[in-house]
Amino acid sequence: MAKNEHTAYAYLRTTKKFPNIWCAGCGIGIVMGALIRAIDRIGLDKDDVAVVSGIGCSGRMPVYLDFNTMHTTHGRALAFATGLKLAQPKLHVIVVMGDGDALAIGGNHFIHAARRNIDLTAIVINNAIYGMTGGQYSPTTPLDMRAATAPYGHVEPPFPICELSIAAGATFVARSTVYHAIELDKLIEKAIRKVGFSVVEAVSYCHTTYGRMNKLGSSVDMMRMLKDHSITLAVAEKMMPEERAMKIVRGVLHDVDKPDYLTLYQKVIERAQATIDGKEFLRAGPGGLE
Amino acid sequence: MTVRLMQGNEAVGWGAIAAGCRFYAGYPITPSTEIAEMLSRELPKLGGIFIQMEDEIASLAACIGASAGGLKAMTATSGPGFSLMQEHIGYAAMAEVPCVIVNVQRLGPSTGQPTSPSQGDVMQARWGTHGDHPIIVLYPTSVPEAFELTVTAFNLAEKYRTPVILLMDEVVGHMRERFEAPPLEEVQVVDRMGTNVPPEWYKPFGDTIGDVPPMPSFGSGYRYHITGLYHDPMGYPTQRLDEINPWIERVQRKISNHLDDILMYQEENTEDANMVIVAYGATARSARHAMKLARQHRHHVGLVTLYTIWPFPEDVIQRIGRMARRVIVPEMNLGQLALEVERLVGRHKVIRVNRADGEMVSPQMILDAIEGR
Amino acid sequence: MKGKDKDGRIEIRLAGEGGQGMILAGVILAEAAAIYDGKNVVQTQTYGPEARGGASKAEVVISDEPIDYPEVLHADVLVALSQEACDKYASNLKKDGLLIVDIDKVKRVPLTSAVKIPITRAAIESSGKAITANVVALGVLVGLTNVVSREAIEKAILARAPKGTEEMNYRALERGFAEAAALLAVKQKA
Repeated sequence: MAKNEHTAYAYLRTTKKFPNIWCAGCGIGIVMGALIRAIDRIGLDKDDVAVVSGIGCSGRMPVYLDFNTMHTTHGRALAFATGLKLAQPKLHVIVVMGDGDALAIGGNHFIHAARRNIDLTAIVINNAIYGMTGGQYSPTTPLDMRAATAPYGHVEPPFPICELSIAAGATFVARSTVYHAIELDKLIEKAIRKVGFSVVEAVSYCHTTYGRMNKLGSSVDMMRMLKDHSITLAVAEKMMPEERAMKIVRGVLHDVDKPDYLTLYQKVIERAQATIDGKEFLRAGPGGLE
Repeated sequence: MTVRLMQGNEAVGWGAIAAGCRFYAGYPITPSTEIAEMLSRELPKLGGIFIQMEDEIASLAACIGASAGGLKAMTATSGPGFSLMQEHIGYAAMAEVPCVIVNVQRLGPSTGQPTSPSQGDVMQARWGTHGDHPIIVLYPTSVPEAFELTVTAFNLAEKYRTPVILLMDEVVGHMRERFEAPPLEEVQVVDRMGTNVPPEWYKPFGDTIGDVPPMPSFGSGYRYHITGLYHDPMGYPTQRLDEINPWIERVQRKISNHLDDILMYQEENTEDANMVIVAYGATARSARHAMKLARQHRHHVGLVTLYTIWPFPEDVIQRIGRMARRVIVPEMNLGQLALEVERLVGRHKVIRVNRADGEMVSPQMILDAIEGR
Repeated sequence: MKGKDKDGRIEIRLAGEGGQGMILAGVILAEAAAIYDGKNVVQTQTYGPEARGGASKAEVVISDEPIDYPEVLHADVLVALSQEACDKYASNLKKDGLLIVDIDKVKRVPLTSAVKIPITRAAIESSGKAITANVVALGVLVGLTNVVSREAIEKAILARAPKGTEEMNYRALERGFAEAAALLAVKQKA
């Protein structure tokens, strides 16, 4: 434990930014810990890591982390991260989002980042609710559950984050929960190492809003539900589909190799430069190109 | 010097390249698309990046991300896309990230008339975002000016760590004019200020001489935080009034203390004028045509062409107001910048000449105003 | 030509259907004036949302002086390759302005003084392709008005012609000049 604490301290902005804003018992801090352990294990230089977030409880994570950090607008973190990655390819750009952030307001950016297969690591912390604004239903709120804006029960089916990511073109897709903290950091490590668009869904909970409205108990009770209701991929594969549908399936769900956007764009640059040398071109200017 | 016939939109692209722009993210929209097409062809030759994003919101976001990564970045759009970009114009202002946003205006509201000129976004460029922040908006009247002012837009963005908007009329974006291109290496270019203080001393939003803190790029060894929340000198979110107010004041000051550098306008025949036309964009060309005709008829008419419309050049308009009996403000909208002129010279002195149907204000319309018809 | 203003401003309008290449003709004329004759020029256009069909119009203002108002106020010359274009813009011609129409496309001509030439037919005859009608029209226009030099328009067309079509375009241009010369000869006799 003491060793872990030491590891985290090396990556935290300890001067001003604590205590953090999250509720006691929240899962976001566990994801942050897992992210730190993953980065530490890979041995990345702090200068070479950028963490970009959107808006919501998860959006506050970067401010605590001693990297190049950017807390952007609601849903748009992936678009900011895309520009940053293209400008500074050496950076490992990690994008932390919530479920409403990534899949409602940011849904379009999410599927297009996946389709483009840009080399980013997207961590979606899925608590199935808008926590910061007080518990309104999100695109991952399960059917029939209560939310501040679904007082009579929720009637929209939820988005399956991982399946959506795979369909949209992500090269690496994995899922775990905040109960499985060690497994989570291993999956995040793999996601960061993967070149291409990788997604890690970290299933979490919000005991403060969702848990209270649905009478699910304390954070400990909700944590226990993550433990009881989740299975590994190996176990899931032996199950009947109906049985499996009731479970949170953990593990690497998708891992394929294909060239990422920057690799392909490098070809665009090569083809363009084959026509004219850049410096000569600058000298020639607008009049000289045709 | 090479003489070419060049389109306004193309000149914007060349201006960007000359200014050192190496990142463009955009979404296709008439009448700005030629800028994207031109840069998709030219930027990779210089090792630069062109990317077509999924919408205009993402386009400006990508530009801000790239700018944080150290590249000069631009996007271009038209009314509907400009509306979508407001969120991130505000973000860039709050986070003090340099970027250039080109809006080749079309007739609005809504989808309006995609290929018809309009000056309907003048107030939106100033007040389109929520909240209160200064902004720089430049406005060319011709193809050569589209080139020059694009360079200036980048220079001001980098110098003052601010988003700069280049507003353009469809008619200027699509027109072709004779253009004598300077060798691009001779174009005066300003780069953002870097720093050499030790990283642990660096304050990304600190109070500095000149009010513009230096901005090293992400990945250069200075690890700092950027946010759209009100933040302290380190960039960390704050709710403390003693940190919020100094930020507001500094960001106002960095523009208001440098008006000599930012405000660009041209006065013609104002020395003897008892009537002065205040105009911008393509309408300034109608105004010059009208002024020449009027002076042939011995009317003492002058012209002020505004190249910077925001911040509004209050001093020059006040001086004109003291001097002239009448101030004529022709616009391709229902009267937007006229509100500013009226505020400064008094409503009784201002004659508005407006049309917002997708046609240019004709010299005759202005001449009629001059002659009191 | 009488249309020239005191400041030497000449206003030309080229109009037809989308796909007839009227905007390209405007660009070529403007390039001839700007690049090869060293004049000030502004070229503008309007077009509908269709890539083919619909109305299409290019305007070119040429002057020795800087050009303020960029669009045509009252045209010195109108080239109309469709009935719609002729109907729409003929009334905007200056009193002594020049109207050039493709007689096969424009049946109702509002001016007795109009120059009526089977432009598209001439294009097919000279180059084998109807798409060179815009080049024939430029030949007629420049042959009759000298708004730009013959050398300038030749260079501008050849610079714009896609590889392998130079010869074809040159023949179309020559035909346009020939049509203009024949007309001028008839006028002189009269």
